[in-house]
Amino acid sequence: MRYVLTGLLIWLSVAPALAHKPSDSYLSVEIRQHAVEGQWDIALRDLDYAIGLDDNADGQITWGELQRRHDAVAAYSLAHLTISADGLPCLNRVTGHLVDKHSDGAYAVLRFAVLCEAMPRVLTIRYRLFFDLDPSHRGLLRLQYQGHTQTAVFSPEQPERRVELATPSSSWREFTEFVKEGVWHIWIGYDHILFLISLLLPSVVLRDERHWQPVMHFRRAFFEVLKIVTAFTVAHSITLSLAVLGIVNLPSRWVESAIAASVLLAALNNIYPLVSKQLWLVAFGFGLIHGLGFAGVLNDLGLPDGSLAVALVGFNFGVEAGQFTIVSVFLPLAFLLRDSWFYRRLTLGFGSLVIAAIALFWLLDRSLDMGWAASVNAVFN
Amino acid sequence: MLIPILCNSDCFSNRFLNKSRLYFLMVAGLLLFGNISLAAPYLPASADEVLERLPALANGSDQQLRQLQRTLNSDPKNLDLAIRTANRLIEKARADADPRYYGYAEAAVSHWWSRPQPPSGVLMLRAMIRQHRHDFDGALADLRDVLDEEPRNAQAWLTQAVILGVKGDYEQALNSCRMLKRLSSRLVAATCSANAASLSGKARQAYQYLKDTEANSDEVQAQLWALTVLAETAARLGDNKAAETHYLQALALRQRDVYLLGAYADFLLDQNRPADVVSLLKEDTRVDGLLLRLALAEQRLASAALPQHLDELQARMAAYRLRGDNIHQREEARIKLQLLKQPGDALRLALLNWNVQREPWDARLVLEAALAAGEAAAAKPVSDWLAYTHMEDVALQRLIEKLEQR
Repeated sequence: MRYVLTGLLIWLSVAPALAHKPSDSYLSVEIRQHAVEGQWDIALRDLDYAIGLDDNADGQITWGELQRRHDAVAAYSLAHLTISADGLPCLNRVTGHLVDKHSDGAYAVLRFAVLCEAMPRVLTIRYRLFFDLDPSHRGLLRLQYQGHTQTAVFSPEQPERRVELATPSSSWREFTEFVKEGVWHIWIGYDHILFLISLLLPSVVLRDERHWQPVMHFRRAFFEVLKIVTAFTVAHSITLSLAVLGIVNLPSRWVESAIAASVLLAALNNIYPLVSKQLWLVAFGFGLIHGLGFAGVLNDLGLPDGSLAVALVGFNFGVEAGQFTIVSVFLPLAFLLRDSWFYRRLTLGFGSLVIAAIALFWLLDRSLDMGWAASVNAVFN
Repeated sequence: MLIPILCNSDCFSNRFLNKSRLYFLMVAGLLLFGNISLAAPYLPASADEVLERLPALANGSDQQLRQLQRTLNSDPKNLDLAIRTANRLIEKARADADPRYYGYAEAAVSHWWSRPQPPSGVLMLRAMIRQHRHDFDGALADLRDVLDEEPRNAQAWLTQAVILGVKGDYEQALNSCRMLKRLSSRLVAATCSANAASLSGKARQAYQYLKDTEANSDEVQAQLWALTVLAETAARLGDNKAAETHYLQALALRQRDVYLLGAYADFLLDQNRPADVVSLLKEDTRVDGLLLRLALAEQRLASAALPQHLDELQARMAAYRLRGDNIHQREEARIKLQLLKQPGDALRLALLNWNVQREPWDARLVLEAALAAGEAAAAKPVSDWLAYTHMEDVALQRLIEKLEQR
């Protein structure tokens, strides 16, 4: 062979020319609460190359021609796609045929339901469409799950994707994230802390006639605190859940003002006791209001769709953990100091007065919408 | 003590600002991706609605090709038949500038493709397909293997010369062209050498030598290539009149060639003749590189067709990006620079492209983008390289001078 085919030689002169588009298909899989759905856009040109669509061989594909081949299109395509749930293949059932235009022409749009034995924990997608006819074909996957989107490219070298759904690690991560938020909220939510402390201050003393007497046994103080904290916890858990689920919905200005009022009343009760026996009832009643305040915070965080329970339990758990820390520091200290002048006068008396003053400030600020807190903040920052 | 006490809901909004911004970005990302891959599926109104026009199978050679493919399907391990079919498919891919045919060609020889030592005919095809995918090093490795076994394979020497030229290795390219002298026609060997020489400091001699050789030839395909090289060389030397003459001579051969059309369109754009570009390319919107030149011309004419063509170009670039291909970097850099006026992004792409390809246009995009972005220093690798190769090109020279004045 002295001379080579001139035709072939000449095309070599062109620098790699770029044109049209290589073959791609677009596979979209959406995992919903109880169903998996798919949409697959496949170029008509590729389908024609594989199974023939142009019945009358006039170089044009009409909607009528495509319609007549819908069964063949579905059978051919779905035979090259396997979706498995936890290792067991699911059944792909066609739910509709449409058409779409992409940058390089018209595509058949195949919509299908993915029927699996059970909602998968691991979804495996095996894609083999056109790889035998055109190894440069690529399947572009877009997988949507719980508001997240993953993308992947299928190629002859990588025809399979494994997607872990609802992995324990991810909901665990979500849970711990909400626990942290709960702790953080208690830590910077001074109104809740001051309310709790106002109720707990008298727990290590007893009102006797018109004087405070120290309780004799730690046991007694401990159970008093336990009752109050449990009542507060049960109450705010109830309203937190009701509000997050949308069953109760009160204006936040009202709720915030009521929380300030609860702190004010609890503090004043230590100076002019009206209720001194069944403080846990007070804790329960006002706890209902504080729960509504927590709900406002949790809603602001943006709740994940599929895992409301995780968020609710996590956040509540965080709030309790924060409370527990505060109480476990407060109780031993208060018990040790209960008999001193420092505790009875300065802490219980003057302390309650300061708390009442702050609460009154909040109450006016929040109920009248004065913006004082914000401006004080601005001055100190 | 007062400050933290008074920290209420405002503290929260600050703390969660970052989170909401993240959500916003996620949503924006989704919308963007959704736009590209999944527009809006619809139900056609009538059975007669034409959805797609297939690439013409009208002429006899296309029908022959279909027949070849059918025969191969029933006998896929027939090496001769597979190589013949794949060669025809690559010819088709180049003629139509349609990348799907490279894939079909690969499928035709798939039985041997991934072997540790494919037959040299398959290696030759693999080199050409890898060249198309800008895997130049992979292609050169395949060609070395072919030439070890068949030192008289003109096809392999020529392909090697072309790839080395695209990479800017003109000395090695000239060595490969020299081997062609005894293996192919005089004009093919002359064009090969003249192309490499014209880019490495001997443009005038190369031009004269090729012009003389071309005049004494009647090989249409080789003439087409020679005239294109003559036109490009003349334009680089600043002789626009000669360039125009050679482009028109090449077009008069009536051989559709996407490369020639693109080169002539660029020449016309440089001559500020956008209306001529529109009449040259208005039917060629399927080829990305030609659609790009058409859009550039429409931009200068403030044509109403521009927005649609620009959208289409960007959609195609996005589709390449989704696949993970990088063979569009030169075109993408040019779209960013000249159509979208985003010189910063253009410069980054042009420099990435410069690591792969080193033809005059690749250099020009880096220089123009660096100038437009006000980052003269970024063009240094290119200006150093131009000085090293002694490339003569009036357009590049003008840009270098402008950059030096900065």
